[in-house]
Amino acid sequence: MSRRLVIVGASLAGLRAAEGARKAGFDGEVTLIGAEQHLPYDRPPLSKKYLTGDGAADFYRAEADLRAELDLRLSTTATSLHPDEHVVTTSEGNISYDALVIATGAAARSLPGVADSSRVLTLRTLDDADRLRAHIRPGARVVVVGGGFIGAEIASSAQQIGAQATIVEAARVPLVRAVGEMVGETLSQLHARNGVRLLTETSVLDCIETAFVQEIHLSSGEVLPADVVVIGVGAAPATEWLRGSGVELDPIDGGVVCDAFLRTSVPDVYAAGDVAHWPNGLLDVTMRLENWTNAAEQAGRAGANAADPENAVAYETVPYFWSEWYGQRIQFVGTPMADRVEFLEGEREEDRFVALYTTGDRVVGAATLNQPRKIMKLRRLISERGGPAAAQTIIDDGQSAATGATP
Amino acid sequence: MVTLKLEVDRGRCTGIGICESFAPDRFEVDDDGTLLVRGGELVGDAEREEIERAVDGCPAAALRLVEGVS
Ligand SMILES: Cc1cc2nc3c(=O)[nH]c(=O)nc-3n(C[C@H](O)[C@H](O)[C@H](O)COP(=O)(O)OP(=O)(O)OC[C@H]3O[C@@H](n4cnc5c(N)ncnc54)[C@H](O)[C@@H]3O)c2cc1C
Ligand code: SF4
Repeated sequence: MSRRLVIVGASLAGLRAAEGARKAGFDGEVTLIGAEQHLPYDRPPLSKKYLTGDGAADFYRAEADLRAELDLRLSTTATSLHPDEHVVTTSEGNISYDALVIATGAAARSLPGVADSSRVLTLRTLDDADRLRAHIRPGARVVVVGGGFIGAEIASSAQQIGAQATIVEAARVPLVRAVGEMVGETLSQLHARNGVRLLTETSVLDCIETAFVQEIHLSSGEVLPADVVVIGVGAAPATEWLRGSGVELDPIDGGVVCDAFLRTSVPDVYAAGDVAHWPNGLLDVTMRLENWTNAAEQAGRAGANAADPENAVAYETVPYFWSEWYGQRIQFVGTPMADRVEFLEGEREEDRFVALYTTGDRVVGAATLNQPRKIMKLRRLISERGGPAAAQTIIDDGQSAATGATP
Repeated sequence: MVTLKLEVDRGRCTGIGICESFAPDRFEVDDDGTLLVRGGELVGDAEREEIERAVDGCPAAALRLVEGVS
């Protein structure tokens, strides 16, 4: 009898899991279940060129093409998992599986105490982006709560359209968890330089809806009027549907706990993408990443492992993400959890830097602003467990000491 | 003979450079974010796997491998 692989979550990770299974020779049925009504589409543009109106939605694959390869069930939400029976229950009925990949990603967190309103929005999906786009017009007052990457990108896009953006951040320095304090502080200076107000150590006490505006009451006593408020306080793994299933979830954020092969705690069930915690052998750290590159690579591996468990391969990666604010390119590789962080290549210039994260004599991370030529060489160096001297060579002349690439 | 050719859609490429981290001998992003491709468009057997990873890894879907007959 032919085997059935069920993938829950029809976005980047879900699609890549299906492709990974096929590449590994899986010839059974693949069922891809997605809660959204849309075909799988690309999320990063939603806060960038889609928001500024410079591009249409980016669907990964044409519908006919996709349906020819797999059984696609859109507008279908998984509601519970029954590992003993090998059955997933969905809004449209039960589906049995031989192997299953959890790729339900993450959902935007809301701000406790702030009621939903047509002027208080979050940004995670295409529908969210459409709602937000309708509000961000030239001259609109946009308040972004949260100075993380997505919040910063929304502020930057709003500014580009001619709206007036303000960012409200509770911490003293934004982005500390993503890039550490020093780089977080340096990057956040980009806001003021581009005409966006960044309020740090400030929290939202209340958000009151009046006839015309949303009034945001801040801990500083200030009241900000806003035509639209965007809550950008991060995303939480979408695992409500797994509660009580026996799949082990992280006690803090509820993400799915996996081993190095992306297997969950129950048989034949794997996970990948924004939802998954796993021990990353390359950096010897257990982590959950929320970035495009990981979702794509990790899910390809999870799909292949689910399809062919006897030949399962451990997944490891040097994390990578990029962001764009005010037309400037920010890139990060590795992990910010390091003993030392220093800015290299002389003084940190206003719109250009390389920062290196080292632990012992190993380079574990690098952050760059507008240095696209150096970052991938540093990614390779980190994967080869290189040290600061080799990194310095890359930074000095832009060449990869580790691979000897010639221009 | 069936050959594999690498195609780059310059309109889509944003110079993010993932391709370079997989196949540094073939791809390099320069200081202003422009992608340089070395070694021509034909893809040999030995490099096929790393170039496939670059194609899959490109967040802008700017790379394609196409089969041709020569
Ligand atoms: C606005 C924005 C900008 C971003 N910018 C960048 C960037 O510049 N660089 C970068 O590297 N990364 C960026 N990211 C992150 C990147 O998009 C994510 O890492 C990636 O989308 C993760 O893919 P995923 O498939 O794991 O999860 P998701 O994309 O979250 O997909 C999960 C899917 O599962 C569905 N689902 C959830 N629960 C269920 C259920 N119970 N049943 C059925 N379906 C379900 C959801 O509806 C969703 O479609 C950005 C993300 C956002 C939101
Ligand atoms: S990964 Fe894609 S977008 Fe990035 S440089 Fe290579 S081809 Fe261009």
